Amino acid sequence: MKHRILIIFLVAIAASFSNFSNAQDVKVKPVKSKTTPKPADKPASDLKTDVQGKPQIVPVTDLKISTWSAPAGELTFPELPYKYDQLEPVIDQLTVEIHYDRHHRAYYDNFKKAIAKSEFESMSILDIFTKIASAPVAIRNNGGGFYNHVLYWENLSAKGGGEPTGELADLIKKHFGGFNEFVEKFNDAAKSRFGSGWAWLSVDPSNGELFISSTANQDNPLMGTSERKGIPILALDVWEHAYYLKYQNKRADYISGFWKIVNWPVVEKRFKQVKINK
Amino acid sequence: MNFEFPALPYAYDALEPHIDKLTMEIHHTKHHKAYFDKFVAAIQGTESESKSLEEIFSTISKAPLAVRNNGGGLYNHSLFWQILSPNGGGLPTGKLAEAIDLKFGSFEDFKTKFNDAAANRFGSGWAWLSVKADKSLCVCSSANQDNPLMDVHDCPGKPILGLDVWEHAYYLKYQNRRPDYINAFWNLVNWEKVSDNYQEAMK
Repeated sequence: MKHRILIIFLVAIAASFSNFSNAQDVKVKPVKSKTTPKPADKPASDLKTDVQGKPQIVPVTDLKISTWSAPAGELTFPELPYKYDQLEPVIDQLTVEIHYDRHHRAYYDNFKKAIAKSEFESMSILDIFTKIASAPVAIRNNGGGFYNHVLYWENLSAKGGGEPTGELADLIKKHFGGFNEFVEKFNDAAKSRFGSGWAWLSVDPSNGELFISSTANQDNPLMGTSERKGIPILALDVWEHAYYLKYQNKRADYISGFWKIVNWPVVEKRFKQVKINK
Repeated sequence: MNFEFPALPYAYDALEPHIDKLTMEIHHTKHHKAYFDKFVAAIQGTESESKSLEEIFSTISKAPLAVRNNGGGLYNHSLFWQILSPNGGGLPTGKLAEAIDLKFGSFEDFKTKFNDAAANRFGSGWAWLSVKADKSLCVCSSANQDNPLMDVHDCPGKPILGLDVWEHAYYLKYQNRRPDYINAFWNLVNWEKVSDNYQEAMK
């Protein structure tokens, strides 16, 4: 039953990617530092370009189609739901571009390579996560990296920020005492994750409780190896690559900025999906 | 208190173009300094205050996490700055060169093995060349700020060469291209210092 809930939910949240507008690449400016970092492997100018114009604000996407339950071998690499510069000034354009087009894409590519011609190809990524302890480490690292970043991009928005509403807001108040207390606890999880990793808000599908956790590297709360297992509804990447070009050692500043771009409607929809299927 | 925050043995821009000035400055004055400060705070008033880092590492599995993470961060970076030099690069000589040939077949084979260890360390961590208890050489990597002196390490030994592969060590200049940073590292290795470390570890 738990497993079914999880699949239905995750399948649903993947749906938004079917509505993503094309990521429009814009000319990359150097970051404000004494160095002039350049995008890696291939220069940014080699990326596809789109019509120049005003930034297009992408509305919250509907979570209606499912892909996570598909065989992992059939998963595709989703479009970014906004342009590279739309999370400015919280996350700079160059960081979003490299993060999405290099790091995230590499996880996707390497995940597909790692499962190719193996028994994992026909399993869903959710099944793979449940049984991750017995999977090769390349599948754990790259499968996690692929999936986690999809959640991350989706729960950010140029028009984000504010606070959740409705049932999620009520439950946050119930479990954490209030929104500010929740933010503080989430920030602690994100700040105290030593090294590379993620901070999460998840739903425990066994009792519907919310909980905050952090995981190392590209692990996530869906993995059978996680200390507390649950369905993630809010993801924050605290690998240095997520913030270093702009914030360097000041991870705390990046975390503060994160709250200005959280796409709460998406988080609420993920939450409702879990509840609906409980 | 026998711990000091070491000065950088060269200017922040001395390792250009392989490691840029801003990276060096932040790495030393922010990251390394923070590890030092937090380590000192973590051991304050405990018996660790009168121990050496090596002694502390030998029973690190019983120490608080703050001591492990920040003590490792303090030691690892101190070693790292020492084995880099603006006049570095080239090849090791003498006994160290012989030991490398003996263990790995050739310098190139050693380098390949070390590069693999550095490139394949997923997430934050370090690559190491160490001298094991039986005095043979060993290439390995460790997560986060762990190192081969720690009793939690699967390849225990005395590190004589270390490479920081946390993203903060290279991201401003190399971003996702860790292999380029690893290749550049070889232009900076202070083999004289690594040889000294080797002789010391062989005693």
